[in-house]
Amino acid sequence: MAAEGRVVGIDLGTTNSLVAYMEGDKPVVIPGVDGSNLVPSVVALDPMPNDGSSRPTVTVGNSARRTLVETPERVIYSVKRLMGRGLEEVQSELKFFPFRLADDVEAGEVPRIQLGEMRFTPPEISAYILRQLKRNAERFFGSPVTQAVITVPAYFNDAQRQATKDAGRMAGLEVLRLVNEPTAAALAYGLDRNKEGLIAVYDLGGGTFDISILKLRDGIFEVQSTNGDTHLGGDDIDNLLLAIALDEIHSEHGIDLRQHPGAVQALRKSAIDAKIRLSSEPFAQFDFELPNGDRYQREIPREVFEQLIEPVLNRTAGPCKQALADAGVTPEQVDEVVLVGGSTRIPAVRRLVEDLFHLTARGKKPHIELNPDEVVALGAAVQADILAGASKTTEEMLLLDVTPLSLGIEALGGTVAKIIQRNSTIPASATEHFTTGVDGQTNVAIHVVQGERELAADCRSLARFDLKGIPPMTAGLPRIEVKFLIDADGILQVSAREQRSGQQAQIEVKPTYGLTDEQVESMILDSFDNAEADFAKRLLIEARNEADTILSKVEQARTNPAWGQLRGEEISAIDAARGHLASVKSGEDLNAIREATLAVDKSTHRLAELMMDAAVTSAIRGKTMGEAGEQLNEELTAPHPMAPAEFK
Amino acid sequence: MLKVIDSAIPVECWSCAVAHNESTLFCPHCSKIQPPPGGDYFSVFSLVPKLDLDLGMLEHQFHKLSRKLHPDRFARASVHEKDWSLADTALLNDAYRTLRDPIRRTEYLLKLRGAEIGEEHAGKDRKDPSRVPADLLEEAFDLNMQLEEMRMSKKMGDTDPDLQSGLEQARKKYNDMLDQVDSDLRAQWQVWDNGDEPARKEAEKKMVSLLDRRRYINNLVRDVTETLGS
Repeated sequence: MAAEGRVVGIDLGTTNSLVAYMEGDKPVVIPGVDGSNLVPSVVALDPMPNDGSSRPTVTVGNSARRTLVETPERVIYSVKRLMGRGLEEVQSELKFFPFRLADDVEAGEVPRIQLGEMRFTPPEISAYILRQLKRNAERFFGSPVTQAVITVPAYFNDAQRQATKDAGRMAGLEVLRLVNEPTAAALAYGLDRNKEGLIAVYDLGGGTFDISILKLRDGIFEVQSTNGDTHLGGDDIDNLLLAIALDEIHSEHGIDLRQHPGAVQALRKSAIDAKIRLSSEPFAQFDFELPNGDRYQREIPREVFEQLIEPVLNRTAGPCKQALADAGVTPEQVDEVVLVGGSTRIPAVRRLVEDLFHLTARGKKPHIELNPDEVVALGAAVQADILAGASKTTEEMLLLDVTPLSLGIEALGGTVAKIIQRNSTIPASATEHFTTGVDGQTNVAIHVVQGERELAADCRSLARFDLKGIPPMTAGLPRIEVKFLIDADGILQVSAREQRSGQQAQIEVKPTYGLTDEQVESMILDSFDNAEADFAKRLLIEARNEADTILSKVEQARTNPAWGQLRGEEISAIDAARGHLASVKSGEDLNAIREATLAVDKSTHRLAELMMDAAVTSAIRGKTMGEAGEQLNEELTAPHPMAPAEFK
Repeated sequence: MLKVIDSAIPVECWSCAVAHNESTLFCPHCSKIQPPPGGDYFSVFSLVPKLDLDLGMLEHQFHKLSRKLHPDRFARASVHEKDWSLADTALLNDAYRTLRDPIRRTEYLLKLRGAEIGEEHAGKDRKDPSRVPADLLEEAFDLNMQLEEMRMSKKMGDTDPDLQSGLEQARKKYNDMLDQVDSDLRAQWQVWDNGDEPARKEAEKKMVSLLDRRRYINNLVRDVTETLGS
């Protein structure tokens, strides 16, 4: 085990990402430098270095999110919604987000997003998030981490899965397995209780919805059916609230806030705050300062909120019913329902689930014992432990998952001949035979699609294959056997053979969406040496850099008006912490440096909050970045988490 | 893949070089995983072809084999073992999916025996007119007229309650017919499982026509349900 290192479990989420591992017989989340378990899935491009020497660096997580208001054009979030998608899909997706496509993207290419002066594909953005999680884990273990299990929505198609795997490779991670998020959640729950029976996992996250029905028996987690919507989640609720606020501001105050991307982001934050408050309070207030100094004030009662989001929530009912039907069970037969994803904190979601699975009548409640934000990562850690082997806790456990979508081949007339049905246990395979239609024909083209519709045009195009090098024969005589295999990650593999000549038919796989192997290779983030000695040195250097960064930020903050708002004891606490850090940072003791850095970070939390408030206010007043003060701008884009997470 | 096993062919284990029978997933000598064996789906579960299966036992075997074969058990094994684990598990899953479903199992066994049958589950030949059971021809024609009438009136925005209840009755009648077909099929399973070769041939012929009938009635029920539901 030591020789090959640990396998970590990663939840690469739409809103937040986490990395976890098995500590003995218990999965635990690995915190980041700032002590927070959640790394916001936000990536910011740092300001271009003035020396013109190198590529700009990238910031991930809380510190990246803080730059959203100031420099929205250099920040991207919710990139998971763009993974594995074609140009047109991304274009329609971007209507709801402040990012824009690079101008030179051509049809058939993987779309690239313009971020400042650079362009990135969605897997590259995800790779930055994964690299951050990898670093957090390495920092935590003090040793390299090169293997991971990454979770994906159960309803992700082939291209979305491949894009996620590509991102892992770019981040320097060997992805041992992609695990479906609801299944991972079931693993985390199943570890706690030695349960048998039928369970449903209802997973409403930031951007995706999944429902899975599983049978638990003798440590085997056998997925019976899965369904979902890869375009449904908390983001949709935020967008609804945001649209209403924007419209009301426009009609009541005559201001079209959509022209101010920074202000829209600040308003979005208010909308998210209101949404979160409405899960525990009967009312939530919007109190938002507009660029002209007016205030947009609005009280939202929970009933109004629930009416507003009802259409969004109801979209989860259809997939639940289909999953039950596909598993061949009634709602009453489901023994337990597990809730996953931050959006399941909304009381209306819980009521809907209780209705769908007839829980109340049976005196049952959905399970919420494990933190819905963390449960998927915890399950990924369990699966990582299963794959690493040699663990008593998980040696009896095995996950048998299914493919969410049927696999088909385009037949004559554009119809689809299904060759692997949805909800087939994976790995699954199908063998098909093809022949030629014309004498002497040496090529046969095959179009593979994924989906449930009758016409290929209505399904998701996966790939086009050309079977080449067929020996010239009379039409109909060649017999080419093509084997389609969906592997344990839910990704398609194809092989072919011409049976009469015994020749291996050549296949050229052209995925409809996605990067080529060479492209992925060229996007690998950093190929540093992971040798143990170098690694220890790297950790020390990184820790010293972190220390230097935070010390210089504190120094700069002294000139910020926010400093004046601090109490005397707060200032002396900060001074004591930075004095200690300054004395240990050139030493060789890694942990001492880290602890001292964390202490400075903690002592400055309120300072950071005050500075953040000031920055938001000035952005909303419509000042330019220059007016808002260069020093402020610098502090806000600094690659160090000096503020606590804003949305819990 | 559909060839009947010939258990006489010896193969050498890639790891310990001891010869074993071609249809095994693991070397009986050193227990190492082997490349996908050449047998049929029944042999994956060490069964001879038969139709009346104990599904509890089948599931138990499926879980037992999954524990040993699944790619999760070979995440850090050699490339070859990884590949074989993937191929063997795909074979195991395909076999289990086919054998646990009574209709797919019957279709599969009939195909193994060389029968020509339509494929209910592949979505092909859905409405092959040559397979209409003779005794249903007239009734099916009438039903299709009623269905057409129902669709038209639905389009106009009104529904004739008589037509509605007529169709509901028809659906019930066809569902009862399906139950009858299924019990006839099960009777033929017993004949096939326990009979000699001529009896088996006779049972196969009957099962092919029962499956055709079943597929046809199923399509009628589906059409009625779609029309009533929309």
